[in-house]
Amino acid sequence: MKVVAVASLLALMVAIAPAWAVFTDPPLADAAAEARAQRLMQDLRCLVCQNQSIRDSNASLARDLRVVVRERIGAGDSDGQAMAYIVNRYGDWVLLDPPFKLATLGLWIGPFVLLLLAGLGVVVIMRRRRRQPAAAPPPLSARERARLSDLLDETE
Amino acid sequence: MTDSDNAEAEAPAAAGGRTRRLSFALLPLVAAIVVGIFLFRGLSLDPRNIPSALIDKPVPDFQLAALPDRPPGLTAGDLKGNVALVNVFASWCVACRAEHPLLMELKRRGVVALHGLNYKDRPGDALEWLGRYGDPYERIGADRDGRVGIDFGVYGVPETFIIDKNGTIVEKIIGPINETILKEKLLPLIAELDR
Repeated sequence: MKVVAVASLLALMVAIAPAWAVFTDPPLADAAAEARAQRLMQDLRCLVCQNQSIRDSNASLARDLRVVVRERIGAGDSDGQAMAYIVNRYGDWVLLDPPFKLATLGLWIGPFVLLLLAGLGVVVIMRRRRRQPAAAPPPLSARERARLSDLLDETE
Repeated sequence: MTDSDNAEAEAPAAAGGRTRRLSFALLPLVAAIVVGIFLFRGLSLDPRNIPSALIDKPVPDFQLAALPDRPPGLTAGDLKGNVALVNVFASWCVACRAEHPLLMELKRRGVVALHGLNYKDRPGDALEWLGRYGDPYERIGADRDGRVGIDFGVYGVPETFIIDKNGTIVEKIIGPINETILKEKLLPLIAELDR
């Protein structure tokens, strides 16, 4: 009895999950085109709620932009053309994945530059450490020599 | 080799070694200060203030009908020939009420063609709102479904676009205009564009 209840609850959750993701917009008739539109929506920032994609946002502007994306895809735009349509109006900021260009160079290669610098630092320190023992220790003073022979005598 | 022997051996090179070791010790402090400067700057940045993609671009082509019994409407062609402001407003927008008195003042000054873009509003509500608070606009385009707003890259109301004589978007003000923006930014820019 319990198993049936849990199973049906799970089935219900699975059944309504997609509804959370896409709200109630009418999807495109062509399933492949709809899937493409959905993918694009996931990469577009909702400008009202900033850190959500327009796919996940219920802001009215996000809804309007979902309509625009479906419209562009429905009109035969490639993914790139549809994205460009939105970027031309809202700028690169609307992309959740920032494009690789001069202004974003630091963003993309900064971590690798830091990693390289840290690696170089490690190599330099290791080299210096390895070189140091090579320098011959200074000769023992008379007192030290006497003490050493004492110690050796003791252990014998 | 014991530690004390080691220290004795390095003693002659102490002067150079010590400053080098000191600079290594200061490295975390320097790094923390650099990161701190960036974070401190971040405090004063407004994440809502997104630069418009349309600056220095011609106004998008559009034609909007007037509000009922409140001609004329607004088209892209109306924005050529003189310096113009396009103020995106709606009766449901609270911040629009805050800037409204300044728009009325701008109309009184008569220094610029001030047009309205009534964004995603019910025409009746818009007319009632204008009746109650005053109508500062020369032309008003009714953008009921917000499509022209999207062409302008509108994401928050109110927004105000400043357009030069050639119909090029020069600047966009996001959020309500206040006294400071009007006097220090808007009026000087209009005067400059009018020359």
